Amino acid sequence: MSTALEAPAVAIERIETPTWQSIRRFAADGFSMTAAVVVVLFVLMAALAPWLAPHDPYESDLLRRLQPPAWMEGGEWSYFLGCDALGRDILSRIIYGSRVSITIGVAVVLIATVVGTVLGLAAGYMRGWVDIAISRVIDILLGFPYLIFAIALMAMMGPGLENIILALVYKEWVVPARVVRGEVLAAREMEYVEAARAVGAPRFHIMFREILPNILSPVIVVSTIRMAHVIILEASLSFLGLGVQPPTASWGSMVADGRAFILDAWWVCTFPGIAILLLVLSINVASQGLRDAFDPKFSD
Amino acid sequence: MIEAPTRPLLEVTNLAKTYHLNKSLMQRLSRQPILDLKAVDRVSFSVGSGETLGLIGESGCGKSTLARTVLRLHEPTSGSIVFDGIDITKLPYRGMTALRRRMQIIFQDPYASLNPRKSVLDIVGLPMAIQGIARRADIRDRVVAMIESVGLKSAHLGRFPHQFSGGQRQRIGIARALILNPSFVVCDEPVSALDVSVQAQIIALLGSLKRELGLTYLFISHDIGVIGHVSDRIAVMYLGDIVEIGPTRELLRAPKHPYTKALLSAVPQIDAGPKRERVKLTGDVPSPLSPPKGCKFHTRCPFAFDRCRVETPVLRPQRAESSAACHLLEAS
Amino acid sequence: MHSTRSSATEMSEPLLSIRGLKTCFATRAGMVTAVDGVDLDVYPGECLGIVGESGSGKSVTFASVIGLVRSPGFIAGGSIAFEGVDLRTLSDEGWRSLRGRDIAMTMQDALTALNPALTVAEQIEEVILAHANDLPRGGRRDAARLRAVEMLRLVGIPAPEKRIDDYPHQFSGGMRQRIMIAIALSCRPKLLIADEPTTALDVTIQAQVLDLISDLRRELGMSVALITHDLGVVAEHTDRVAVMYAGQIVETGPTRELIDRPRHPYTKGLIGLIPRLSDLDAPIRPIDGQVPELIGLGGTCRFYDRCEFRTPRCRTDIPMEAVEPNHHARCIRVNEILRVEEVLQ
Repeated sequence: MSTALEAPAVAIERIETPTWQSIRRFAADGFSMTAAVVVVLFVLMAALAPWLAPHDPYESDLLRRLQPPAWMEGGEWSYFLGCDALGRDILSRIIYGSRVSITIGVAVVLIATVVGTVLGLAAGYMRGWVDIAISRVIDILLGFPYLIFAIALMAMMGPGLENIILALVYKEWVVPARVVRGEVLAAREMEYVEAARAVGAPRFHIMFREILPNILSPVIVVSTIRMAHVIILEASLSFLGLGVQPPTASWGSMVADGRAFILDAWWVCTFPGIAILLLVLSINVASQGLRDAFDPKFSD
Repeated sequence: MIEAPTRPLLEVTNLAKTYHLNKSLMQRLSRQPILDLKAVDRVSFSVGSGETLGLIGESGCGKSTLARTVLRLHEPTSGSIVFDGIDITKLPYRGMTALRRRMQIIFQDPYASLNPRKSVLDIVGLPMAIQGIARRADIRDRVVAMIESVGLKSAHLGRFPHQFSGGQRQRIGIARALILNPSFVVCDEPVSALDVSVQAQIIALLGSLKRELGLTYLFISHDIGVIGHVSDRIAVMYLGDIVEIGPTRELLRAPKHPYTKALLSAVPQIDAGPKRERVKLTGDVPSPLSPPKGCKFHTRCPFAFDRCRVETPVLRPQRAESSAACHLLEAS
Repeated sequence: MHSTRSSATEMSEPLLSIRGLKTCFATRAGMVTAVDGVDLDVYPGECLGIVGESGSGKSVTFASVIGLVRSPGFIAGGSIAFEGVDLRTLSDEGWRSLRGRDIAMTMQDALTALNPALTVAEQIEEVILAHANDLPRGGRRDAARLRAVEMLRLVGIPAPEKRIDDYPHQFSGGMRQRIMIAIALSCRPKLLIADEPTTALDVTIQAQVLDLISDLRRELGMSVALITHDLGVVAEHTDRVAVMYAGQIVETGPTRELIDRPRHPYTKGLIGLIPRLSDLDAPIRPIDGQVPELIGLGGTCRFYDRCEFRTPRCRTDIPMEAVEPNHHARCIRVNEILRVEEVLQ
């Protein structure tokens, strides 16, 4: 019955690639677009931190210890969000802290997506022992709680930016790998794949030229959703003291530092918390919009 | 073995394709009985050069599997496929590549058979690029010539599949199949997904291309009207077997096998006047996972007798170059 | 079974009477008028065939009748009278109670139209309990179940008392179509709308299902609107037929007469491109060109671009004209064409 009630198809004269259509749909969605703009602002903030931050994030001034935000009694406009227990400017530390969150979020998701996509393609298209091996590893990794797995790895490898990225990638690739494998299993039965086989196309061509472009949209959508997740994980690790080491500013460690003063100086942990919330929320909203825009159900 | 009227281009002997459905590790460990789906069950036929062999049957009868197995898109379980004197049954995938220039396929679904992320130029040019027989600029010229000969315009080159109607997409699929100048083309339900007026256009196109290029078709359809009009000979499939094969006129005028009779009499006709005697079938097609013993048709056959339930009939020659597999025909 | 009926139906009042129906869909490319000024009557006890290609508006017409057109689609004008009551003036409640009780519809794809999470028993009983008002007060459920089993037996499901507790996926395609017919008929509707009931089915199963619908129609005395793209089905199973093209009815008449003597060039074309088994030498003659897009049409005959008989006079809105008492065609040249053909013969 659905076919009967859909609007009759109308040919579109403009020449547009399916990808461009999706992007146009995304741009037309105001809410998601706003979220995407917020994410871009955060990225710009990270990139331009040295020029944007009003103060040196590492310079402590014990006279300003736990100084409240500008609008409260005892606050100062030049230290807009107040200062932490060591008298460092919270706004500047948040601006610098975005570098850690975004670097780790982007790096982990990028590496995990590339690794996961290649392994998922191999498992889904080649089947046989390749599939069995990759799928079993995925099953085993899925059995570990993520955070505990990361904590264990960090304890073994020691702290540091590269190690956080590594520790998170170890498990994160599983997500795109599973998505890709499932999509490939469906796509390999499509007639256009058979058509390529019917002219003798090599396996590599079929995997990377015929199938991959068609499964990229769900992968991109999942990756953006996972980026929010990875940023929270990094904050959690830093909160637990296993992340980036002091004095480097990280939102997670800032929240941890402020925890002790939450009743007397709420601003120390609240503002980095809001920063995490805002970035993660924006990424999630934007990725919802991406999913709607790329979902083939909505394409025409 | 049924001889085609002309020199056979394709000879298929006892071809079988069985899918083992539960062969995963867990299912083997738990010692579940192995489920075998005999999609094609030792089928023999040949297609003469320049001939169109129509293959008809209802869904699940194995006609599409047969066609794909003949092209080695699916691996045959047993039997042999000889194409133009070359036994291709055991050729490795790479060894098949050169032969694939000469044997191509047109698919049923004009939506699934074109890669949605590729332009017409890339889709139709792919066979040449894969086969490495032309430079990029030459490919473009050849693609333009090809899509014009199937009724599209060179302005369509840069467009994507979603910008075409079903009939136009099917033309793109035909252009892709014919760009390598094949001699043998499998048409797997090429018009089933199309509206009747478009269907007629595509049938006319396939007919004129056949005459121009001297093609040989294995034409699959579930629509007897279509098969009757395009084929020189017709093979009727039921649950993985060919139950009857013969020249089109002979088969349509005087069907031998009860299933063919039922199939023909079930087709609604727009003409008034004397109707075919209706051979009414009851019940559904049995599951190919557990086909009936003996003659696979006996569960629905109005004429079945004891022997049909035990002994499997074989394809035997009848009048006028046709053959059928039915115990009734032997008795009389 | 065909031609005798048309004179009988002429006298009785139509069961369903559609006048000037216009159904539109708002799309990004513009307003698509899927159904544009359809007039159609269904008489008591008859089987009316509605034939057309995809996009002709045949399904949308009856989706409008049964109130299944949803946003972005809407009924932009016209009236739909069932037994003299205009359905468009009914409240949602009134429409809902009519649907299922007096008018029922079966869908093309039985697998998606049936709820996969409910047993067949639950789905049939739900309809019976909602609409039947002759069930005994105590033990309504038992009575409904009994009637559900009866319905399944009627549509030819073997061992219905056992199979009734199965789920839809446990049945074959043909059986699912029968179950949907059983659900549609469980409240003895006066009108059954069968939307491509056999398109998804194999030809031997198709014959069984169509025979079933014809038998039930006679047995229950209901009317059937059979929506299909297959002229063969129309020829064998309907009394009257309406041919639709690009949102309009272009020809209506008694089935046999319309197929033997089609008057509208589109109907002629449609019949000419059916491959006939009785005459393999008769060429299949394609109609050139494509169905027009349904945006901003009007001011011209919709078949103009593809018509071999077109003249500049055709570039105007064409009304339906009677060619025989019960036979109408939307073509200003019907009589000229007829005369030319007579001369040619």
